[in-house]
Amino acid sequence: MEKRLSEFIVGDEGVVKQVGGEGRIRRRLFDMGITPNAKIVMRKLAPLGDPMEVTVRGYELTLRKTEADCVTMIIQN
Amino acid sequence: MKIALIGNPNCGKTTLFNKLTGSTAHVGNWPGVTVEKREGVYKTKKRLSDDKIEIVDLPGIYSLSPYTPEEVVSRNFMIDEKPDLVINIVDATNLERNLYLTTQVLEADVPVLVVLNMMDVVEKSGDRIDVTVLERELKVPVMPISALKGSGLDKMMERAVECRAPRKGVTVVTDALSAEVAATLDFYNEAEISSPLFHAVKLLENDEIELERKGAKELLKKIAGDKDLEAAVVDERYKYITSRLAVAKVKGKRDDMTKSDKIDKVLTHRIWALPIFAAILFAIFHVTFSEDFLFIGAWASLGEGLPTLSDLGLEGSMETFVGIFYDGAVFSPGVILFNMFDALFSVITEAIGGAIEIEWLSGLVADGVLGGLFAVLGFLPQILMLFMWFSILEDTGYMARVAFVLDRIFRRFGLSGRSFMPMIMGFGCSVPAMINTRTLADENERTATVRVIPFFSCGAKLPILTAIAGGICTFFGVGNADLITYGMYALGVVAAIVCVLLMRNTTMKGEIPPFIMELPAYHRPPFKNLMLHLWDKTKHFVKKAFTIIFASTVVIWLFSHLNWAWHYLPDEQMNDSILASLGKFIQPLFTPLGFGSQVGAYGWVFAVAALTGLIAKENVIATFGTLGACLIAMGANIGGVTSEILIADEEGITSAIAMITATGIDIPGLIAFIAFNMLTIPCFAACATAKGELKKGTFKWTLLFWVASSYMIGSAVYTIGAWWWTLFIWLAAVAGAVTLIVLNNKGKIKFFKRKNVAVKAKKKSHCGCCAQCGYCSQADDQNDVKN
Repeated sequence: MEKRLSEFIVGDEGVVKQVGGEGRIRRRLFDMGITPNAKIVMRKLAPLGDPMEVTVRGYELTLRKTEADCVTMIIQN
Repeated sequence: MKIALIGNPNCGKTTLFNKLTGSTAHVGNWPGVTVEKREGVYKTKKRLSDDKIEIVDLPGIYSLSPYTPEEVVSRNFMIDEKPDLVINIVDATNLERNLYLTTQVLEADVPVLVVLNMMDVVEKSGDRIDVTVLERELKVPVMPISALKGSGLDKMMERAVECRAPRKGVTVVTDALSAEVAATLDFYNEAEISSPLFHAVKLLENDEIELERKGAKELLKKIAGDKDLEAAVVDERYKYITSRLAVAKVKGKRDDMTKSDKIDKVLTHRIWALPIFAAILFAIFHVTFSEDFLFIGAWASLGEGLPTLSDLGLEGSMETFVGIFYDGAVFSPGVILFNMFDALFSVITEAIGGAIEIEWLSGLVADGVLGGLFAVLGFLPQILMLFMWFSILEDTGYMARVAFVLDRIFRRFGLSGRSFMPMIMGFGCSVPAMINTRTLADENERTATVRVIPFFSCGAKLPILTAIAGGICTFFGVGNADLITYGMYALGVVAAIVCVLLMRNTTMKGEIPPFIMELPAYHRPPFKNLMLHLWDKTKHFVKKAFTIIFASTVVIWLFSHLNWAWHYLPDEQMNDSILASLGKFIQPLFTPLGFGSQVGAYGWVFAVAALTGLIAKENVIATFGTLGACLIAMGANIGGVTSEILIADEEGITSAIAMITATGIDIPGLIAFIAFNMLTIPCFAACATAKGELKKGTFKWTLLFWVASSYMIGSAVYTIGAWWWTLFIWLAAVAGAVTLIVLNNKGKIKFFKRKNVAVKAKKKSHCGCCAQCGYCSQADDQNDVKN
């Protein structure tokens, strides 16, 4: 099933299908390890509902929902 | 021999640098503590090479495609300065992402040594990393170390000296993209620049710097067609890492929740995160500044109340001793330390002042030099303590979580959670805070942040707050000194928020910067590290006290005791001195702020104090100390307040009271004086830093911004304090300004934008390539302000 990373709820797991977005943000996401086939686990949301914290490539990364919106995920069951 | 340290942010480069060179550079558990390159010489017992080994610590970067200024520093150094060796530090606990940078470093034509740092942590967690596998795959030497524990460093350096042989760059992306790489490689080979392979691959990655090269854009268009080469290159890199390199790591058994996760669960809890943060901040300020520790006095006053110091009926030195810890309430550790220093200093001042027989010399030494100097040095313990708390928060990794928690709030003001760090550092000192803004990728966000950093009242401004707040409470017998101090801190924060909002809606318009940040694992702050850091700060502060502030106090004292004919004037005739006439000249400027013409005799001292603050903020209170001591010496002339009442009190407060008594200034004027000094142009050092950090041409506007905002807020504080109904006039003015800005932004009225059409057209054609760089809109906005 396809879903955007921004739509993930806590505990969701998936694999990156595609990274979109404007040049710089896209580049940043790539550099931080969010690339096709990377496994991402949604860890938590900040108290005010945004940004979110995810585990990718063995470390903790925080990003905003607007940025997570650029990432298309495939959820495996 | 020159060795450059390169690696991801927060992978331990600076720790390694400190261990190798014996220096004490600042280390924190926050990605991006090092923001400029730092050089040192390798210190060793064994001589490894004939020439000395220079080591350069570069700012941490995730990739060699630069975004932020500090990332450009690292890239340029590696490519253009051609170090003899690049040591690529890899955080072994986070192998995959760290090796991503390694694949890029290896593309340059420089000798590389890969160092696996934090191997002790890896072993402790039960994982294992096969160094020989990595070495075979990467085709460069790999050494395991632990920078924090200091293990493996000697072996690493021995190996480093050996691998100086020139190396040709290699890339991991040729498997899938050989044709594309070959084409761009030809292009760069023809241009005959160094590390052609590095540039060739970077061009395929759509690198902004490479695209500026003549003909590069057209070439890339031809090669790429409608293929997404950027994604393809990144994909190749990670594919290579996961398939060939990650196999070197064998995972041991582990629990689902690490210790770090458990701590995080509490500190970033959905409901408790914000209250916990507020409580921590409150606790820090309470322990450092409160004169009623744990509110023991307040609790007691619900019942009988505790006796004050004078009620205890102690004698002489015993009273002084108890007074360090207690006066109707138990003091906080910060205040106790402050009192200890203060007691010591009064003893020294009295002894030295009394020992000198010549009147003017005794005055110069005791009042002029020691009075000013000790007024400043007395605050060292509290400044250090505040600094220590923030260091601990940073070292443990909590600051990064705070940015995570607060990002949503910061976004409302057009900033990202990342700008929280430099702002909170501003409470310590503006200089490192302004330098730290380099971790912000967005130019507008940086400028706005640098401008409001001085509003976060720094350690040097603290004496102004405590002395005058204390003076108000003791002299007028109203209010609570703590409350006034906290209130002024709050005023600074509110002013910062309002100004950021204002800038982001007028001159600094732009997209809200992205917030994609690593959250480092929590760890215990290394004690030695913390102590080194504090020692550094102490040295810096004491040095400043004995140079700039020392010189200023001597000059102030001399000018206040000499008339234009260069004759010595005793304290009583200070009103005829050079300083007095200079002060009286600028005094009327401060009339709207309540410490100008309406203040009677000696009113010029406030104008002079504010001016000396431009050199260093400590000077404001040092000037108070110098002039206040003279006023106290005059005793009877200043309304009957004799030194007896004052001596028992604390240094800065005593002088403040002397000033209040002599001048007859009122409370709103005093508060406006604090507000003005807090918000106006910061000290000389901070100005120089701001000038260096800001984009060319913005500094003069920044100066104007500081003067204007402090003058307006100071006036508002004074007029509202003196005549409450003026509050409505100020509110109306603010409402009017907001309406104008909103209408202008909606395009309903043309307020800024006119005349600019021609300039704009020129600017746009000049650029045109990079829609994302934001340069054009900034340049336009600045022009808008000027017109």
